Amino acid sequence: MNALAALIRRDIKIALRVGGGALIGVLFFLTVTVLMPFAVGPDLALLSRLGPAILWLGALLASLLTLDRLFTADHEDGSLDLIVMSRTPLELACAAKALAHWIAAGLPLIIATPVLGLLLNLDGTATLAVAATLLAGTPALTFTGMIGAALAVTLHRGGLLLAVLVLPLSIPVLIFGVAASQAAISGSLPFGTPFSILCALSLASLVIGPFAAAASLRHGLD
Amino acid sequence: MSLGPYASFIVTSYALVAAVVLLLIVWIIADYRRQQAHLKEIEASGITRRSGRSAVDIR
Amino acid sequence: MTLTDLANPTKFLALTARILPWLAGVTAILLAIGLYQSAMAPDDYQQGATVKIMFIHVPNAWLSMFVWGVMSVAALGTLVWRHPLADVAAKAAAPIGAAFTFLALVTGSLWGRPMWGTYWEWDARLTSVLILFLMYLGLMALWRAVEDPSRAARAAAVLTLVGAINIPIIKFSVDWWNTLHQPASVLRMGGSTLDKAFLWPLLVMAIAFSLLFITLHLAAMRNEILRRRVRSLQMMQANRVAFTSEVGTGSRDGNASQEIGAA
Repeated sequence: MNALAALIRRDIKIALRVGGGALIGVLFFLTVTVLMPFAVGPDLALLSRLGPAILWLGALLASLLTLDRLFTADHEDGSLDLIVMSRTPLELACAAKALAHWIAAGLPLIIATPVLGLLLNLDGTATLAVAATLLAGTPALTFTGMIGAALAVTLHRGGLLLAVLVLPLSIPVLIFGVAASQAAISGSLPFGTPFSILCALSLASLVIGPFAAAASLRHGLD
Repeated sequence: MSLGPYASFIVTSYALVAAVVLLLIVWIIADYRRQQAHLKEIEASGITRRSGRSAVDIR
Repeated sequence: MTLTDLANPTKFLALTARILPWLAGVTAILLAIGLYQSAMAPDDYQQGATVKIMFIHVPNAWLSMFVWGVMSVAALGTLVWRHPLADVAAKAAAPIGAAFTFLALVTGSLWGRPMWGTYWEWDARLTSVLILFLMYLGLMALWRAVEDPSRAARAAAVLTLVGAINIPIIKFSVDWWNTLHQPASVLRMGGSTLDKAFLWPLLVMAIAFSLLFITLHLAAMRNEILRRRVRSLQMMQANRVAFTSEVGTGSRDGNASQEIGAA
């Protein structure tokens, strides 16, 4: 357990450093959210209808951007080889790295949501709903994204391939995340239905992600 | 055989399926010929397989 | 000839060379029969003649899922048993499966316009098949991104198995979400609800397309084996040039060319 805690602490520290990329994710989230009203037009009613979707898309793209760093930084300085060769099971090490990544890169996105909700003319309920669904859904994005990151770790321009591999797997999370937000806002559908499926997706990815990522790392690095 | 008011949809569907299947067949045959050509060229330059058989031998 | 004999690529090539012409012939005959039966099929009382699109849409849809299943089995062969032909089988199947998925989407769209009034609809079945198509493309990109064939095979195997979760979702999506696409009418408990006049052409076309896949797959596998042979021989060629060249750096393993054999 100590080894995993150390790994998590190390990853968070590195991510929060200036070149670490965690805050870049929030910046990207902000940029995308700000770009949307320029593209869609300043109609506030339309923006508040599209709000949950825009926020979810921004969070998805921001997490995709930061996923690239999950393994490549370690691969470049050789610590990934050490992690693979160590005594802690690689699956747990991957889960620890993903958890650290979520804390450093995913949580800031959720914290930034209320501020960005103001830009999109979302009221209190809507913002709370989007933040709650992001809280439940961003772990799924991180853990499934980890599979793509592990597959692309040894490629030079792996970032783009990573996005291509991860996006089809993230689509269900996006669908249910937005559906749950809309359900909370308009009430046409009980909030619990899509929200519980979203939670199920996150829980499933907590298991599948580390196993698939560990398998990819083992096969990709030898 | 009357195909009804939506005949163009039916014909387009069948035509597309035929086109894509033909494309697959043509691509596979072309790829086969290309690999055979490569192997002949390598054979001509004197490289031999470990087993001593011809590079273009597929039996 | 046992299954382990088939693991030998040379024996596999010999087998393929023998049976491919027969497979191609049987496929052509069955396709001809199926097309004739589809042309002769009666009009549906609701859809009219557009029901004929079903005879090419449904086999392609079934095959798009079946091919991912074949690749998943090959993926297991790569990861668990390190079967040498599993890599080849997986790589060869991907473009063919992608083509079938594309055809399923396009014929479905052309069938949807007369039937439902729209070329596309974001219901569960269409969305999950579109996701399947994107995963096929991603898989093909991954195969070409990694230089070493066996490492590429293992990476692709992991991605294939992760993506396999989409297949039951597609199959059951029409039952779980009752939106636009019609529910299962052929493969369901209690027998098919499709009329015999439509069921027979559909089954014949399904078998014909399956045989078409097997034919194309075996031919593509043969091409892939030859491609690897070319690669190995080219490496031998490069080694020979490096070792016989005066300006080449002295190499420690002068036996490298013997190590890198060709199948």
